[in-house]
Amino acid sequence: MKHFPTLLSHELRMLLVSPATYVAATLFLGFMGLIFTKILEIYSGAAQETSPALVYFQLFWLPACVMVPLLTMKCLAEERRLGTIETLLTTPVTTTEVVLAKFSAAYVLYVTLWSSTIGFFYILKKFSGDARFLDSGPLLGGYLFIAVSGLFFVAIGVFASSVTSNQSVAGIIGCVALASLILGGNALSDSSWLEQGLLRPIKSIVDYAHVFSHRDDFTRGVIDSRHVIFYLSGTVLSLIFSILSVEAKLLHA
Amino acid sequence: MSEPPAAIEVSRLVKSYGGVMAVHDISFTVARGEIVGFLGPNGAGKSTTMRILTGYLPATSGSVLICGLPVATQPGEIKRRIGYMPENNPLPDDMRVSEYMYFRGRLKEIPRRKLGPRIDEVLEICDLKRVRHKIIGQLSKGYRQRVGIAEAILAEPPVIIMDEPTIGLDPHQILIVRDLIASLRGRMTVIISSHILPEIEMTCDRVLIINQGRVVAQGTPAHLRREIFGHSSYQLELAGDPATLTAALAAVDDSFHVSAVGEPDPAGFRRITVTTHREGELGESLLAALLARNFRVRSLSRDNPTLEDVFLAATRRSWDVVAPPPKETSPPADAQPGPNPDLSP
Repeated sequence: MKHFPTLLSHELRMLLVSPATYVAATLFLGFMGLIFTKILEIYSGAAQETSPALVYFQLFWLPACVMVPLLTMKCLAEERRLGTIETLLTTPVTTTEVVLAKFSAAYVLYVTLWSSTIGFFYILKKFSGDARFLDSGPLLGGYLFIAVSGLFFVAIGVFASSVTSNQSVAGIIGCVALASLILGGNALSDSSWLEQGLLRPIKSIVDYAHVFSHRDDFTRGVIDSRHVIFYLSGTVLSLIFSILSVEAKLLHA
Repeated sequence: MSEPPAAIEVSRLVKSYGGVMAVHDISFTVARGEIVGFLGPNGAGKSTTMRILTGYLPATSGSVLICGLPVATQPGEIKRRIGYMPENNPLPDDMRVSEYMYFRGRLKEIPRRKLGPRIDEVLEICDLKRVRHKIIGQLSKGYRQRVGIAEAILAEPPVIIMDEPTIGLDPHQILIVRDLIASLRGRMTVIISSHILPEIEMTCDRVLIINQGRVVAQGTPAHLRREIFGHSSYQLELAGDPATLTAALAAVDDSFHVSAVGEPDPAGFRRITVTTHREGELGESLLAALLARNFRVRSLSRDNPTLEDVFLAATRRSWDVVAPPPKETSPPADAQPGPNPDLSP
């Protein structure tokens, strides 16, 4: 892990000088701002029972499915396409360090982008003069959920990037994998046919991996260790598969 | 204290890709401080061998020792001892030259304190000072190649492996690279692969020719000429009785024989090629013997096969005879040059 800081600072620097980062950041902030404005319009029209933060985080899946592949699709695929992975892996760095640095850089960017949306709530509080809008419980829970689930989502994106040398293919794989985890899980948990006898174990797995219910728990302030373990173990597994995938490509090059 | 191990020791190296043998039982040794040229047609296994040497690719079987350390079990240590410039010289397009050097220097574990001066030094050696703040993606091919070379020598590793470092360079830049590589002689062990054969001949102490994954010839360029051709030949243009020529030749050296006789021109001169197994320069005594026997000699020249001829002959030989592995396990100095009349160019 000696080279991890060097690799991480290199990756972050590369992200910061890349125009794609700024395009993605602008689109993300513009889109989230739009959602936030819409929520405010609804709230100013009629009194609502839930905090605006709760509603705000309900749409987390859209940036997760689109932004994460955009941030991660380049990381390993591009190195392989350009051949720079060869120069990188012939220095004393290990594949683990490389994958972890790529993952951490993308994760740092993802979390930074999300945390910049705290500004929306701050502006709301400042101009409405009403402290209730900055309801710290759901807000904290919501951002915690983003931070914890982001680990797994970004790791999936990194894995998608490790299986191919084509950025767009990596992006599509990442997008589909994230959509099936987040939206597919949601669709399956709503379907009643999974309730039948033999399929019940599958149903319990689907329920365990139901991202939307995790989000609801987090924003309600319930931080269940099972959820945290789900995301952490998913992250570790995805990263291990990414490392193996990079190494397998060398073995069978 | 025993003698330090050879810089590179490869024995019985095999690499197969899904059933296709890319490298087939290669063995060779490179002494410390030696500059070795790696030749072979496209697809011969040069790049694969180099990648195995760097520890980037695992070998299917066989062993590779770099400075006495096995590549297979100590890849981390090996990577500290090599500087590698891959084929096509991949570089990140969106970094500045100095940033890239700094990043690579840190990865290669050069202490921060020494890194700045070392980067200056390397950029100076490779004539890159003018472009140090330029973005690599905007550099011309020649500069990019030199960035790759600068990067390979950055950490002053004992072994440098360069896959076609002079490809795409203009003659002036080739000269710079040649001088650069020559300046490493004695300090670092260098393996370069190239298609530019005169280049290899001028820079390298020794040449390894591989084809179809096997070493087909190795040794100094002069040694290879002897081994591959097994003889020296002389071109003569003379007038006289060809029947007495054999006797005249035998007087100079027993192994002389006439290998080709041309048609006489109107003045009665014909082109004759004579060959001998003797290595030394026999031109003068040959001329004297011919004149003594009343031959009229218009010209005499010794054929000097270029490395190209050696390369073509060696690779052609290996296409013809794919069976016996060459005797590469013995050091080249011990290899016995033998007659090989079928291989005349």
